[in-house]
Amino acid sequence: MVDAAFLWGRLVGAQIRSQAQYRVSLVLEILGAFLLSFIDFLAIVVIFHNTPRLAEWDVQEVAFLYALSSISFALTDLLIGHLDQFPQKIRDGNFDIMLVRPRGTLFQVLGSDFQMRRLGKAFQGAAVLAYALTVLHVHWTIARVAVLLISVPAGVVIFASVWVVFGCMAFWTTDGGEFTNAFTYGGNFLAQYPIDIYSAWLRRFLAYAVPLAFVCYFPALFVLGKHDPLGLPRALQVASPSVAIVTTLVAGCAWRFAVRHCRSAGG
Amino acid sequence: MRLEWEIAKRGWRRYAAYPLATVAGMFTNTIFGFLQAYILLAVYRHRTSVGGYDSHDTLTYVWLVQALLMTVYAFGWQELALRVRDGSITSDLSRPLNAQRYWLAFDLGRAPYHFVFRGIVPFVVGALVFRLHYPNPIDGVVFLVSVLLAVVASLGFRFLYNLTAFWVLDVRGVMMVALTISLFFSGMIMPLTFFPTWLRELARALPFASFLQTPVDVWLGQYHAWELGLQVLWAAVLLALGQVVLRRATQRVVVQGG
Amino acid sequence: MIEVEHLAKRFVVRRGRFRRERHVVEAVKDISFRVERGELLGYLGPNGAGKSTTIKMLTGILVPSDGRVSVAGLTPSRQRIELAKRIGAMFGQRIQLWWDLPLVDSFDLLRHIYKVPADRYRTNLARFRDVLDLDSFLRTPVRQLSLGQRIRGELTAAMLHGPELLFLDEPTIGLDVVAKQRVRDFLIEINREDGVTVLLTTHDLGDIERMCERLLVIDHGSLIWDGGIAELRERYGAERTLILDLEEPAPPLEIPGARVERVDGPRQWLRFRGSAAELTARVAASARLVDLQIAETDIEEIVRSIYSSSRDPSGTASR
Repeated sequence: MVDAAFLWGRLVGAQIRSQAQYRVSLVLEILGAFLLSFIDFLAIVVIFHNTPRLAEWDVQEVAFLYALSSISFALTDLLIGHLDQFPQKIRDGNFDIMLVRPRGTLFQVLGSDFQMRRLGKAFQGAAVLAYALTVLHVHWTIARVAVLLISVPAGVVIFASVWVVFGCMAFWTTDGGEFTNAFTYGGNFLAQYPIDIYSAWLRRFLAYAVPLAFVCYFPALFVLGKHDPLGLPRALQVASPSVAIVTTLVAGCAWRFAVRHCRSAGG
Repeated sequence: MRLEWEIAKRGWRRYAAYPLATVAGMFTNTIFGFLQAYILLAVYRHRTSVGGYDSHDTLTYVWLVQALLMTVYAFGWQELALRVRDGSITSDLSRPLNAQRYWLAFDLGRAPYHFVFRGIVPFVVGALVFRLHYPNPIDGVVFLVSVLLAVVASLGFRFLYNLTAFWVLDVRGVMMVALTISLFFSGMIMPLTFFPTWLRELARALPFASFLQTPVDVWLGQYHAWELGLQVLWAAVLLALGQVVLRRATQRVVVQGG
Repeated sequence: MIEVEHLAKRFVVRRGRFRRERHVVEAVKDISFRVERGELLGYLGPNGAGKSTTIKMLTGILVPSDGRVSVAGLTPSRQRIELAKRIGAMFGQRIQLWWDLPLVDSFDLLRHIYKVPADRYRTNLARFRDVLDLDSFLRTPVRQLSLGQRIRGELTAAMLHGPELLFLDEPTIGLDVVAKQRVRDFLIEINREDGVTVLLTTHDLGDIERMCERLLVIDHGSLIWDGGIAELRERYGAERTLILDLEEPAPPLEIPGARVERVDGPRQWLRFRGSAAELTARVAASARLVDLQIAETDIEEIVRSIYSSSRDPSGTASR
């Protein structure tokens, strides 16, 4: 397990070294990503220009929610966003090469790319988070700090699991990549807003089917000490890590199933 | 004219060849339509009108934008830039047909495909779930004209930022900045009517409003004739600029020996 | 080392975009063979014959539809990772190295992927650097390497962890004559000196002739030849060519037991079976010779005749 982590570090290090060769280009791309992702925040600002509250949330609270979602999504994109190019990799026969190496395939896919420019969005999220924490007067307790710190990695794991489950589709169809987008980029988009603005069926979907509500909505309720307008049990607010574990298992099974299919039917 | 027609057919066929991708795209548009609808509806919990739009106008707006996104190709397009990068542009430039005319014809063949196959289904879904606003017949026709102008203006803009590939190594950075500005000011994120007044005036002065906001305003029946005139103007200006920059770029290629 | 029994692989292919009709394609039908440790054999077949499919089943990439496979005592489809530690693979047209980084960085990463102990890695690398002459481009990024250099890099990459069995898919494709020879020498060396079993798929008959003692030929999913090169020549290569240089140009010679295939000025090519000495005597009796040569049938013709006889089992290899 530790050895795998080190190996991942080396693989990713190789990617970083190769991108760092084009230093200026990289800096510009990170800046570009920072700016591009900022429009999502500008959208929130504009919305709040027109209304004092969005459902039961005011602008600083939504900013906090947005920041958590942004950071989690950006880091997930950094780790596994290249899964979008996976169908092409299979078509080119590069997946076969992974099957001949003495390592798990999902692990190899994880370590096969690391696009530094995606950090731009993470920096943007961090900036918004800094702003939000400054203007919100959070009553900090150890529990709240813990939940805040854990919610980002847990959120990353949950997002990544969703991405992997949909990425498995690449083994069956090469053109269906856009389906994944609906859930990954769509997931990021909707997690930026409090889920009580969505209709009931969508909320339940987000809490139980594709549990994106656990990436930021529930942790945010806890950290902000906010009363849940939906009246859901408080235990859900600290459940992110457990949900992350469950989604990892689901993603792992889905991947294994998909690879088995590829090895039986592929050609 | 014959040549342009053939090129347009090629544009259509290029996207028609991947029906599964189109279906998946329709699905994405529909999902985003719902998300955007709920988000903006939440604003209407405390107000009945925002910038002259009532909730049904806004919902119509949301679904129209989703329907038109691909038609107008609001997102990143770098086909031309890629051809510059891999060098195949030199053979393009040596042909008698002007590069901009080629890509315009190509895009005019592509746009109808996306209008029908990425536009209709999401809009119908939205129309079934929400109560939307529909135009009178005259506005309907003007709407189609406005969409056509939007496509042309958008192509003009995309052509321009692709041309930077002749000077810059990786167009991705330029494209990101171009997208940031154009997406925000086109009304894709939200209706320009939601913007504070000063920002709204700025947006109307820029070409990007012609890509999405104007056609939607026509459909909603909330437009003035001069807005269409502005679309025509921007389309013309962007195309003209494109020709100027293209000539510069061509000279550069010739001087540097491809 | 490798045991294959009644191996088969079927694919379901769907034609058409919306009305999908199912088609079952039998890529591999009932193949059986054994490979002992230390052999160096060639695997030949026309495109689409099932070569890559077989190799994929041997390496664990594909799961067989029927039959039994055992490689190094393991079942590839079930023990993929365990097997991966013992085999090396090189696919001529696919790149296993890291594109933007110096070659040596790829080796270093692979060392960690395969968990090769540091000292063994150093020894192996030193040896390959010497045999394949890698020093001049060891620090060059892979994207800047010539094809020959890249292939040498890939071979090293495949061998760094000391596998017992090496699978090569078209390793010499696109290389110039000198580079090909270097690769062939390398493969022969690791086979003879280290006892590495090598299974080589190739279209290059030169590879076969110079390296392999045994040849497997597959066509339309079935094994149509499994045996030594010498046997092959005997069975199918019975005809040889006698190249005569006459004193002066003459019409095609009429010699019983031989047939003139080609005439070019004073030079004539005669095809014959059996004793060359007898034929030479007959020729010398009927014409004035300046010089003569005997040419073996080249593998290309032999293979072609195997393919054709596999389609027409009634006839012998005919001309």
